[in-house]
Amino acid sequence: MINKVVSGAEEAIKDISDGACVMLGGFGLCGIPENCINALVAKQVKNLTCISNNAGVDDFGIGLMLKQRQVKKMISSYVGENAEFERQLLSGELEVELIPQGTLATRCLAAGYGMPAIFTPAGVGTEVAEGKEVRNFDGKDYLMEYAFDADFAIVKAWKGDTAGNLIFRSTSRNFNPVMAMAGKITIAEVEELVEAGELDPDQIHTPGIYVHRIFQGKNYEKRIEQLTVRK
Amino acid sequence: MFSKEEIAQRIAKEIKDGYYVNLGIGIPTLVANYIPNGINVVLQSENGLLGMGPFPYEGEEDADLINAGKQTITTLPGSSIFDSAMSFGMIRAQKVDLTILGAMEVSENGDIANWKIPGKMVKGMGGAMDLVASAKNIIVAMQHINKAGESKLLPKCTLPLTGVKCIKKIVTELAVLDILPEGGFKLLERAPGVSIEFIQQSTAGRLVVEGEIPEMRLD
Repeated sequence: MINKVVSGAEEAIKDISDGACVMLGGFGLCGIPENCINALVAKQVKNLTCISNNAGVDDFGIGLMLKQRQVKKMISSYVGENAEFERQLLSGELEVELIPQGTLATRCLAAGYGMPAIFTPAGVGTEVAEGKEVRNFDGKDYLMEYAFDADFAIVKAWKGDTAGNLIFRSTSRNFNPVMAMAGKITIAEVEELVEAGELDPDQIHTPGIYVHRIFQGKNYEKRIEQLTVRK
Repeated sequence: MFSKEEIAQRIAKEIKDGYYVNLGIGIPTLVANYIPNGINVVLQSENGLLGMGPFPYEGEEDADLINAGKQTITTLPGSSIFDSAMSFGMIRAQKVDLTILGAMEVSENGDIANWKIPGKMVKGMGGAMDLVASAKNIIVAMQHINKAGESKLLPKCTLPLTGVKCIKKIVTELAVLDILPEGGFKLLERAPGVSIEFIQQSTAGRLVVEGEIPEMRLD
């Protein structure tokens, strides 16, 4: 068994330096790697390219990195919850590539499955298709989209073991398993870290081979974006 | 004229027993409140859930359990959770029977625009481009005219497109319309108290009116 455990977020991200391309798991604020984001904010690394479905909100998640101008380029599918993001985008301070959500997920998957590209109908005939190769299969057009090539993937899981195996909880799973597969170096922060052997192999969502560093995070805020209750 | 709730109620009549349905943000979310009794429908939320249940009771919310609109929700007996790639895999593979989403503009050949107003609003397409490119059955819930009274049912979309030639049915505050394969909005039903003339005035694209046009019934 190879031990993947590091002491915490600071050690896990120690070699993420200016200009790196970093994937971050989560959907909205659900399942985001809070500890590592805070550590990146503290470290003040700059000129990052971030691949993440969303960009956090003004005062939480990736929004904290945007506020400090640590992000050079953002690759996302939906950024509607972040006013600072929209301001930086419209003023041209931030480079942004908006791509369809399924394309984002599948480009991660392709990277983790060792496939250079995928074909998807999403975006055919729209500005997303500009400059991309179109192929026709059985009478329908598809765009060729390349697998992501990210230096680091940072994900958040519910449970993990010292071998790097991960289990996600509920819809905080979202992009985390596919991003975990896609990083050259994958960092996982988990709510509960256990010894190898304590997790049932049948229940593992992400096998430890994809995970290079793991630690038990602390002080999870798990902020809810849209608290909605039944009347 | 229909309220947003009534648009949702009308769309709910299109849902059939055994359907897997994806509901977009806004009016489409309201459709869940009007699914007819006695039919079994499974709601898909593209952040990775099949079998979306109602909102939780106060105090029972779970930060790890949200829908694609980031609202707290619940699961139901038979629910399943999966990652984002599988979620769009089942959409692309047309396992989802019906997609209901909002639009800023629809054109008479079935193009839709709903993700960007250049220079003004840049929120992103989220899952909308994937959904419209793959779904076999899409219903658009939208306002027929904007606040200035201008039509949003156009000969050609003016905003950046989300998808081309993909929309087949539209429900607005004024009418239910199909998009004809050869192009054009075919008027099927009108909202109570709304005249064909008013719908004609409010539709910039080619409107096709044939025979009697009944009023929409919600019962």
